[in-house]
Amino acid sequence: MSESRIKIVEKILNANERLAHENRQRIDEATAYSINLMASPGAGKTSFILATINGLQDEGVQIGVIEGDTAPVTIDSDMITAVGMPVVQVNTGGECHLDALMVEIALDQLPLYTIDLLLVENVGNLICPAAFALGTHSNILIASTPEGDDKPYKYPNIYRGLDVLIINKIDLLPYLDFDMDYFQQGVEMLNPGLISFAVSCKTGEGIENWLEWIKAKLPKK
Amino acid sequence: MHELSVTESVLEIACKHAEKAGAKKVTDVYLVIGRLSSIVDDSVEFYWQMIAEDTLCRDARLHFKRVPAELVCLECGHQYLLAQELTPCPNCGSARIRILSGDEFNIESIEIQR
Repeated sequence: MSESRIKIVEKILNANERLAHENRQRIDEATAYSINLMASPGAGKTSFILATINGLQDEGVQIGVIEGDTAPVTIDSDMITAVGMPVVQVNTGGECHLDALMVEIALDQLPLYTIDLLLVENVGNLICPAAFALGTHSNILIASTPEGDDKPYKYPNIYRGLDVLIINKIDLLPYLDFDMDYFQQGVEMLNPGLISFAVSCKTGEGIENWLEWIKAKLPKK
Repeated sequence: MHELSVTESVLEIACKHAEKAGAKKVTDVYLVIGRLSSIVDDSVEFYWQMIAEDTLCRDARLHFKRVPAELVCLECGHQYLLAQELTPCPNCGSARIRILSGDEFNIESIEIQR
């Protein structure tokens, strides 16, 4: 019997990254733009999706939604269906994040070639979704002001992988001890120059700026 | 976090390389985990015992090597290690910093018997 050491140096989540790459190819072939939307529970992911649909619908933009939830609860997906956009509900069976395989299966159930913008609503969580690439074009985090200004310091990983940051519920700022400078210093340390939009999905404040940004990303079909 | 899916990935990668090398069994698996990629060792160990049972890795021991997160200040060039919480440069106070390491989440090697 002989013993030997075999050098591997492989990323533990390599399989997920390969699948994510395949997802991206599929989405690109359908010429859709895709977003992985992350946030803690209650930050306003679904409200943000609805505000985005509301702002783009009249311009004929087709939006598809993948709704990740840890349990088979259709509260969120019912709201999307009610505004007439195709939605696939993914039940992660208790898992704390979506992974590339779940998105791959969901893509099979969407009319991908009719969609201009694919919004993937991840499970409400600031830790695990950061580790699993889905294959989307951009990662967006919704941080809401009631969560507190210390979140970039406590959850650095999710901020580092972002392409856009949405600061939601700014209408509540007068009632909160949310230090915007402290918050933004944390963001700047982790992700210098990160594009951010301060919005209120409730009052509609700031949404227009976000819509301008996303419109410029959409494919000209 | 999501230790079960992480443990499954480790097992899959270790078995794949062991088979390719014609191993009879795997005795050790060496993991490198950066400070920014935290996982709970005990949970991984627990799942490992369960899922490795009928594989080449059934008797393999897991070894976790931790890599600290190193930061560099873009103003003064000072390099420092991430403490409990992210801080501006302790030398000049600048918030213009870059993270150099700490994202590692790899299987580095395995020890096998042929």
